[in-house]
Amino acid sequence: MPEPNQAVSYVPESRNVARKRTRISFVWIVPIVAALAGVWVAVTRILAEGPKITIVFRSGEGLEAGKTKIRYKGLDIGTLSTLRLSDDHQRVIGTAELAPRTEEFLVEDTKFWVVRPRISGGTVSGLGTLISGAYIGMDIGRSRQRKREFDVLATPPVVTADVPGRFFVLKTPTLGSLDYGTPIYFRRLQVGEVTAFELDPDGEGLTVKVFVKAPYDQYVTPNTRFWHASGIDVSLTASGLSVQTQSLVSILIGGIAFETPATAAPLPAAESERVFSLYGDRNEAYRLPARDPQTFRLVFKQSVRGLAVGAPVEFRGVPIGQVSALEAQVDAKTLEFSAPVTVVLDATRLGVQVVDAAPGADLAPLRRKLIETFVAHGARAQLRSGNLLTGAMYVAIDFFPDAPPATVEWSQKPVELPTVPGELEGIEASLTKIVKKLDTVPIQAIGDDLKKALVHLDDTLVSARGTFDTATKLVAPDSTLDTELSTTLQELSRAARGLRVLADYLERHPEALIRGKAGEAK
Amino acid sequence: MSSAAATALALGLQRCEACGLVSRPAPGTDEGSCPRCGNELSFRKSASIQRTWAFLVAAVICYVPANLLPVLTTVTASGRDSDTIMEGVVLLWSPTGWPLSLIVLVASIMIPSAKIVALIYLLITVQRGSVESNVQRVRLYRVVELIGRWSMVDVFVDTFTAALVQLQPLMSVEPGPGLFFFAAVVVLTMLAVESFDARLIWDAASRGEVQHA
Repeated sequence: MPEPNQAVSYVPESRNVARKRTRISFVWIVPIVAALAGVWVAVTRILAEGPKITIVFRSGEGLEAGKTKIRYKGLDIGTLSTLRLSDDHQRVIGTAELAPRTEEFLVEDTKFWVVRPRISGGTVSGLGTLISGAYIGMDIGRSRQRKREFDVLATPPVVTADVPGRFFVLKTPTLGSLDYGTPIYFRRLQVGEVTAFELDPDGEGLTVKVFVKAPYDQYVTPNTRFWHASGIDVSLTASGLSVQTQSLVSILIGGIAFETPATAAPLPAAESERVFSLYGDRNEAYRLPARDPQTFRLVFKQSVRGLAVGAPVEFRGVPIGQVSALEAQVDAKTLEFSAPVTVVLDATRLGVQVVDAAPGADLAPLRRKLIETFVAHGARAQLRSGNLLTGAMYVAIDFFPDAPPATVEWSQKPVELPTVPGELEGIEASLTKIVKKLDTVPIQAIGDDLKKALVHLDDTLVSARGTFDTATKLVAPDSTLDTELSTTLQELSRAARGLRVLADYLERHPEALIRGKAGEAK
Repeated sequence: MSSAAATALALGLQRCEACGLVSRPAPGTDEGSCPRCGNELSFRKSASIQRTWAFLVAAVICYVPANLLPVLTTVTASGRDSDTIMEGVVLLWSPTGWPLSLIVLVASIMIPSAKIVALIYLLITVQRGSVESNVQRVRLYRVVELIGRWSMVDVFVDTFTAALVQLQPLMSVEPGPGLFFFAAVVVLTMLAVESFDARLIWDAASRGEVQHA
């Protein structure tokens, strides 16, 4: 090992190269660049930060914080970032971050709903979510009022705000088979859908909201009638069996049809949100609405079996009203049962039009006079059987000139109109009369007499038989009568022979009548 | 005097990093070029502390977005999933998958941060002229130098995955912006380690001994 002193004994000198030295190294550019990159990323992230919103869900089913997307027209515009229970544990509160520049989407009537696979009568939707999981659908409203907190809809809206068309409101006593998305038909063309329905606060009916797409919404005028087109409407008419349906789909899932009666006055298209009645069927829808309905009472002293509320009241076959209530009452004095029937009549359906009357004038005196005249001429209400199969009855108003005279008491509320017994009841009455007359016939006495006569007849027959026996004996082969008769007949035969001989001789010798037999004459 | 005092610096000698030739700087100067190969010569790496600080500061700056931004975006039929490193650790953490999760945690989070902390410690102690536990500090430096490159494993895994898993439309993997910053952290800490001159650890001790002598 060499000595350290020897090793360093020869050390060359390094070359001196002038080098430019700055006190601060250029290497500080590196952290500056890094900082700039960091700031740039931070700025772009902040700029890319969209608005944060709160969405209140009824259930967190299928939702996942950080995964569940918010989609508008199929594009992801946000992600659900957190999910938590509400303070009252009833709701799930989610916060979501939306894409930048979506602030203007977040307005009062913007809607959110959870899209899950949904299979209902007519539609299958959200099948894509079977693989991808549920997502939150969004529909951007048109309001200008900004909002950051939203409640999700229970069901996806059927119509999104960007589809042109108009909403209408239908009032119906029953929902029937309607549901969200139930189709609306116009001349059997599907033109809209049911978007919502809710029970009225009083529980008396339902309000159904429907959407009719443009351009079909122009065919909805104030005169338009809407009716349930659910199922098959089979009617047996004088012209035969007729089946009315809208489409196969409507048979399965129900539907609503609308039409404007051809007779209705042409009117401009109805404004949005106009309220219409939803009728049970087309006939009902086409029935003219009562314009001046009057309530009357008809007291029938017969069974009202077969008469139902809603049964028609016809005047000589023209429907002018319907039965609105059926009651029963017993007269305490006579213990006589009777059935007061309340009917609602609308004379305008008869085509009665008041000429030369100022609009809004009180027509009551005129109506009274008219009804009194009618009653005086024998107009009476009568129950008639409308359908022999079902026994359904209807109230007929007709003229019965033979009816006992009646008056109308106007002080009553409602006014009672006179009635006559029904047709069947009339036949029944006649039959009763006949039976009563039959009752007076002395059938017992007649029977007794008849019995006596029969006894006499028996005696008569016995004596008759004796007579016949005697007669039989007389004509027996060995009877004297027979022998005598036979002898007599032989005698008669001989006499006849002699007569014939005489006749022959006379034919040959006619002169013998004068001269006698030639031999004898000789 | 002990042999500890006989450092190249104390003897005024410089060793060429490239060819190993020992030379003496020209009188009046500290630096020069190797008379044999022309390589730059200096007693200590030039501006070692400053350069190390610069790289370290840059690494610290990059460390923040590296951990906050997603490193990997997985696109599947169910949508896009962007995961940061920490989310990946959480995602992998399962009764059976925890070793994998631990590897990611150690290689991607603990090692870079430990490297940064260790270098800051070394720099501060050197600047303060600490003479304590020199051997431990040098050992720490060697460990940091050795393990530094292994943090790149994460970057490689991500880039390989992104390149291989392209089964569109079923599934695809895209690198996220966090990956760029993560790679920058690894590279910058390696540069910082490389620019740090371990001899500086001993200089304070040498000076003290010289003063004592």
